[in-house]
Amino acid sequence: MLPKDLRYTKEHEWVRVEGDIATVGITDFAAEQLGDVVFVELPDIGRTIAQFAPVGVIESVKAVSDLFAPLSGDVVEANSELSTSPELLNSEPYGNGWMMRIRVSNPAEVDGLLDAAAYEALTAEA
Amino acid sequence: MAESHDAPMATPLADRHAALGARMVAFAGWLMPLQYTGILEEHRAVRARAGLFDLSHMGEIFVEGADAGIGLGRAVTSNPAAMKIGRAQYSMICFPDGGILDDLIVYRLGEERFMVVANASNAGAVSDALASRLEGLHVILDDRSLATALVAIQGPRSAAILAPLTDVALDELRFYAIAEGNVAGIPALVARTGYTGEDGFEIFVDVAAATTLWDALMSAGKDEGLVPVGLGARDTLRLEAGMPLYGNELGPDNTPFEAGLGRVVAFAKEGDFVGRAALAKADADGPRKKLVGLALRGRGIARHGYEVFSGERRIGAITSGTLSPSLGSAIAMAYVAPSKAEPGTIVDVEIRDQRVPAEIVPLPFYKRQV
Repeated sequence: MLPKDLRYTKEHEWVRVEGDIATVGITDFAAEQLGDVVFVELPDIGRTIAQFAPVGVIESVKAVSDLFAPLSGDVVEANSELSTSPELLNSEPYGNGWMMRIRVSNPAEVDGLLDAAAYEALTAEA
Repeated sequence: MAESHDAPMATPLADRHAALGARMVAFAGWLMPLQYTGILEEHRAVRARAGLFDLSHMGEIFVEGADAGIGLGRAVTSNPAAMKIGRAQYSMICFPDGGILDDLIVYRLGEERFMVVANASNAGAVSDALASRLEGLHVILDDRSLATALVAIQGPRSAAILAPLTDVALDELRFYAIAEGNVAGIPALVARTGYTGEDGFEIFVDVAAATTLWDALMSAGKDEGLVPVGLGARDTLRLEAGMPLYGNELGPDNTPFEAGLGRVVAFAKEGDFVGRAALAKADADGPRKKLVGLALRGRGIARHGYEVFSGERRIGAITSGTLSPSLGSAIAMAYVAPSKAEPGTIVDVEIRDQRVPAEIVPLPFYKRQV
């Protein structure tokens, strides 16, 4: 189930980098841990974010969790479908459940992210 | 019978939860199922069809003897002696200062026989308080919490599922009534009570029979779409139904009146009861705060502890809040200043540094259709 062409973070986000645009979401492992997602708060378009800073919120029925920026840059797009259908994070975490797109300001940060194998190892220990 | 355990205790149905792939959580010293397939799905199943709950963590304390009714009447706020045999009443056991030690259901099983059901988190404290308050009276206190398993079936299809399994005449068992009989061949107490706002039954059996009872109900309910339901959905169901949770809406710092539950205090009963003087004064003085329902009118979910404002003035705090699966919107309960407690009042809830408007609405948020 874990897509091999993506990069991952310790906070269970996935990243797809195309040129200088990174699409960000959370992994199915994270979605499974959260349970039913009922509310998503995404950063405003145009906001400059720093790698690993909390930039949004994902709420399940029982709990509130932070969304962390996997990379530094400017937010260029946020998935508006998530305000009416937050459950997309559970049903399509790698597809229609994508969360935001960032114009990457420091491409070197991408190399520091986990590859699929490293992320799988991380979640295997969990 | 207060015992302390380092590791949470397993209920008699632990193997069933494991086989169903339940996500378990430690709660009140017990290992309980939080969810099986997911909170939203389980919640909706109870509202539409039926759900099965393992509630073996609850406390069951039997009080028997010539002074059972009178004695209980001294210990709790309600009037157990006024109940007919086979009836139940929602009650509270208070501290001398009027604060709430626990909320309870007291069942009358016989002329001189009662069963007190307490929250898992307070079972030991309730047992101890009863022992202390009933001292010197002609009663036997039998805390059978660890010997009793409790399985609840809740939802509109509950009676249809349970009826073929039991010799208890369910169509004669009214809401807040209890009967003794057999379920799936097991001696049981069957009560028409629950914590979901739906029709349903709470079935008490000996721990040794717990798995047999669970299996029989799961099998009988298969064609009706009965599903196992965990504590996660139990909480969203009771919140929609406007029912308080001890630890959130009820506690030592609240009186029954502040929670809108003055009906559990039977001042008219004869004799003193623990907390009577303080509760009489609280009733006369009026509440210091009032429990209200809130419907969020802006984007966001109110959670326990979030502050409530009227303009710049802090008027209270959220006690419980969630996204209501039945309504599709955020709901909450809060204690607020009595002057701001009228339905229709618009207040603000502070959610992560933002003030989000909410409207005070009457409870419950959800009422079952017949």
